[in-house]
Amino acid sequence: MTGSEANADTGADTGTGTGAAAGRGGTALRVEDLAVVGHPSEVEIISGVSLTLERGHILGLVGESGSGKTTLGLSLLAHCKRATEVSQGSIEVSGTALTGLGENEVRALRGRAVAYIPQSPASALNPALRLRTQLTEALHEWDEQERGPRADRVREVLREVALPDDDAFLGRYPHQLSGGQQQRVAIAMAFAGYPDVIVMDEPTTGLDVTTQAHVLQTIRSMTRDYGTAGVYISHDMAVVADLADDIAVMYKGEVVERGAASQVLAEPEHPYTRRLLRAVPLLRTEGHPEPEAPAEGPVLEVSGLQAGYGGTTVLRDIDLQVQRGECVALLGESGSGKTTLSRSVAGLHTQFSGGLVFDGEALAHSSYKRTAEQRRRVQYIFQNPYEALNPRKRVRDLILAPYRHLAGKPKDPDAVVARALERAALPASYAARYPEQLSGGERQRVSIARAISTGPDLLICDEITSALDVSVQAEIVELLRNLQDEGMALLFVTHNIALVSNIAQKVAVLNKGEIVEYGHVGEVMARPRHEYTRALIADTPDFELSLPPSDADLQAPEAAGQ
Amino acid sequence: MLRLILYRLFYGLLTLFVVSLVVFAATQALPSDPAQAILGREAADPARLAALREQLNLDQPLALQYWSWLSGVAVLDFGTSLSGGMPVSELLGPRIQASLTLMLVTAVIAAPVAMAIGAFAALRRDRRFDHASSMATLVLAAVPEFAIGIAGILLLATGGLKLLPAVYAGSSTEVLANPDQLVLPVLTLAIAVSPPIIRMMRASMIEVLESEYVQQARLKGLPERTVIWRHAAPNAIGPVAQVIALQLGWLAGGVVAIEFLFNFPGIGKALMEAIEARNLPVIQAVTLLIAAVYVLVNLIADVVGLAANPKVRVSSR
Repeated sequence: MTGSEANADTGADTGTGTGAAAGRGGTALRVEDLAVVGHPSEVEIISGVSLTLERGHILGLVGESGSGKTTLGLSLLAHCKRATEVSQGSIEVSGTALTGLGENEVRALRGRAVAYIPQSPASALNPALRLRTQLTEALHEWDEQERGPRADRVREVLREVALPDDDAFLGRYPHQLSGGQQQRVAIAMAFAGYPDVIVMDEPTTGLDVTTQAHVLQTIRSMTRDYGTAGVYISHDMAVVADLADDIAVMYKGEVVERGAASQVLAEPEHPYTRRLLRAVPLLRTEGHPEPEAPAEGPVLEVSGLQAGYGGTTVLRDIDLQVQRGECVALLGESGSGKTTLSRSVAGLHTQFSGGLVFDGEALAHSSYKRTAEQRRRVQYIFQNPYEALNPRKRVRDLILAPYRHLAGKPKDPDAVVARALERAALPASYAARYPEQLSGGERQRVSIARAISTGPDLLICDEITSALDVSVQAEIVELLRNLQDEGMALLFVTHNIALVSNIAQKVAVLNKGEIVEYGHVGEVMARPRHEYTRALIADTPDFELSLPPSDADLQAPEAAGQ
Repeated sequence: MLRLILYRLFYGLLTLFVVSLVVFAATQALPSDPAQAILGREAADPARLAALREQLNLDQPLALQYWSWLSGVAVLDFGTSLSGGMPVSELLGPRIQASLTLMLVTAVIAAPVAMAIGAFAALRRDRRFDHASSMATLVLAAVPEFAIGIAGILLLATGGLKLLPAVYAGSSTEVLANPDQLVLPVLTLAIAVSPPIIRMMRASMIEVLESEYVQQARLKGLPERTVIWRHAAPNAIGPVAQVIALQLGWLAGGVVAIEFLFNFPGIGKALMEAIEARNLPVIQAVTLLIAAVYVLVNLIADVVGLAANPKVRVSSR
C-alpha cells in the first residue's frame, strides 16, 4: 500500500466525515481477524479476515459466489443477514469501532461514515417512492444549519453523477429510469452524505458494457474527488484490474491473497488467484480457426428476417448463416433484439417474416408446427439456470423428459443420462440430484446436458453465462468449444464481447434490431468497421494476462459454494 | 387507468349477466310451482290456480319470462313479492341497508386489525406472537362461521358472561341505534373474514422485509420506524388488497348464515325466509345482489391495487 499519502492528498476538501481521529490521508477502514457465523449450523461464513484501506483508495474484493465477499461487505456496515452474526474480530471505520455499537449509534454512522451501493439497483430502490424521497433520506444526519438545505445537496450530487437535477427528474419513480440511471441514483445516494468508506457490491453486474464503463468512470472520479475509500466487490478480475488500487482475493470465507493491484495481477501467489485471472476471457484473440471448408450447405440460414411484438418492429433485415461445427455469436446490448432473433429461430417467437431454412428445409414459425425431428435437431439453452430447471424433478428426469418426447423411448435410459452428463462434464452420480443441490455452474451444465442429450445439430445459447461467475463462465465456454469440435453448430447470444472472442468463429453485431457488422471474429476485433462495434470494444475492460499459461491451476474443481 | 377501470367494469357487468342467467335457471329448477305455493290448500281449485299462473306470467315461455324479469332488473324493478304483494325493491330496501351496515362495520374493523396483526407477526417472525397468531388463524379458518357465532353466544351472552344480547331484537331501519346488539354478529363475521387477511399480510410483509430495498433503507441508516412505515408497509399492502376484496365479497354471502343465527333483519334473513316460502322474485333479487356486491368489491380492490402501483399509475397518466 505504497503511495497512499500522495493519493489521499487528492481527497477533496469536502471530506467532512466522522473520521476526525483518522484525519485525512489516514486509514479509512481497518478490519482485524473478523469472523461471521451462521445459525443454527454455527458454520463460519467468513473467518479470520483482516484488511486495511487508505482514504481515496479502492480495494477490489474478488471471489466467486459463496466465497463470503458480500457477507464481508455488509459487515462493514455493521449489518448481518438473518441468522448470522459477527462472532469475533473488530471493524474500525475512520477510527470508530463498529462492533459492539448500539442500534442508534450504528444508524448514525450509516450513510455518513460508511455507505453501500447495491448489486441490483432495480431491486434496491423502493418501487413505490419517488427519487426525491429516497435521495433525501440518505441525508438523515445532515446538518442544514451548517451545510445548507438537503435539497441543494441532492441536486449537487445528482449533477456529479451526470444525472438531471430538475424537479421532474426528482419526481420520478425508479421504474422510469434505465438500468444505468438507476445505478447512478444508487451511487448518488451513497455519496450524498460524504461517507469515509463506500462498499460497492458488484454494482455493474446487470449492466451492459457501455453503461458499465460509465458507471465505473463515475465511481472512480467520485472516490478520487471525495477522498472516499471504496471496497469494490466483484467476481470479475477484469473490472477489478481496471479500477482497484489494492486487491484482496476471497476463497471459501478467507482472504487468501492481498496486496497492491499491480502486484497481485502480475505475480499472483495463491493458485486460486491464478485461476481467477485465467478465467477472464481475453478481449483480443485471433479468433478460432475456421472448420474445414464446409462441404455441405449451412445448417441454418436466416434471410431477410423481420420480427416484432405487436406494432413494434425489433428486428430488421437479418441475414445470417451458421455452418456445421461453427459458432456464430450474436453480440448486442439489452434491447438490441438478439434474444428475439434466437427465440424466432427456436420457434418460441412466431411473429416474424422472412426466410428461415434449417438444413435445406424451411422451418415453420411456431415450434408446434415443426416436426419432432426438426425440434430434436434445434435445441435451446436458457439464460438463467436457476429458473430453467424444474425444481421438483431429478436431473435424470430433466434429461429424459425431452429425450423421450423427441427421440422416442430409450432402450437404456440410464446410459442416455450418463452419456449426456459425461458430455457436459458432470459425474454420472448427479442424475439422482435435484436442482437445488447444484451450484449455478452445475445447473447450467445440466441444462446443457438436457439440450445435447437428443443429439442436436444446432444449439442456441441465450446469454447462458451471464448469470454465472467469471470462473464458472470459463469452464462453460471450454465445454461448448468441445461440443463444437464434435460437429455441433452454435448460435451464441451474448452481450460480452470478450466472450465472443473466445468462442466464436463469426460474429454478428446487433444494434437496435439491425446487424451492423458481420464477419470473422479475428477480423472484426482487429479492424472493427462500424462505429458501434468500436465503441463496444473501447468500453470493455481490456484485460491482459501477464501469467504464463499453465494447465495446473485450471484443473481446480468448481468450488461448491452456492 | 380510466380505460382499465371501464374495461373491468364491463367485465363486471358481463359477469352479472351470466349470474342472472344462472340464478334464473336455478330458481326455475326449484321443485315447486310458485302459484301452488302461494295458494296453499286453496290450490286444489284448478281455475284459481290457472288464473294466478296467468297473473304471474308463469304460463309464458321461459325465455320471455327471463326477458321481462331482466328488463325489470335493469331499471331496479325486481318484480313483486309473492307473499304480501309488495314490490321486491321496496321490501328489500331497508334490509339491504341493514346488511350493508353490518358488512361495513365488520370491514372497517376487521381489515385494519387483521393487517396490523399480520404485519406484527411478520416483524416478530418465528417468535412467540408469530406462532400464536399463525396457530389461531389456522384454527379459526377451519371452524365454520356459525360455529364461531354459537360459541360467541355461549361465551358472551347466555352462558359465561351475559354481557351482550344473544340475538338481535330491533327493526332493520335503525341498526346503529343498538350498538350492543351488533357486537356479536360483527365479532363473528370479523373472526370469520380475518384469517386469510392475516396470513396474506404476514407473507407479503415478510417478503417485503426481506427485499433488497428494505435492506438498502436500513443500510442508509434510517430509523426502523421509517423503514417499516415508509418502505415496507406500502409495498406489502398491494397483494393484500386482493385478499381483502375476496373476503369482503365472501362477506356478502357469508352474512346469510350469521343473520339467520342472530335473527338480524338483513338480506340474508330475507333470503332464508324467501326460500322457505318459495318466493322466487325475492330469491332472485337477493342472489343477484350478493353477486353484484362481490363484483363491485373486487372491482374496487383492482382499482386500489392499480392505484397503489406507481408503474400503472404513472404510465397511464
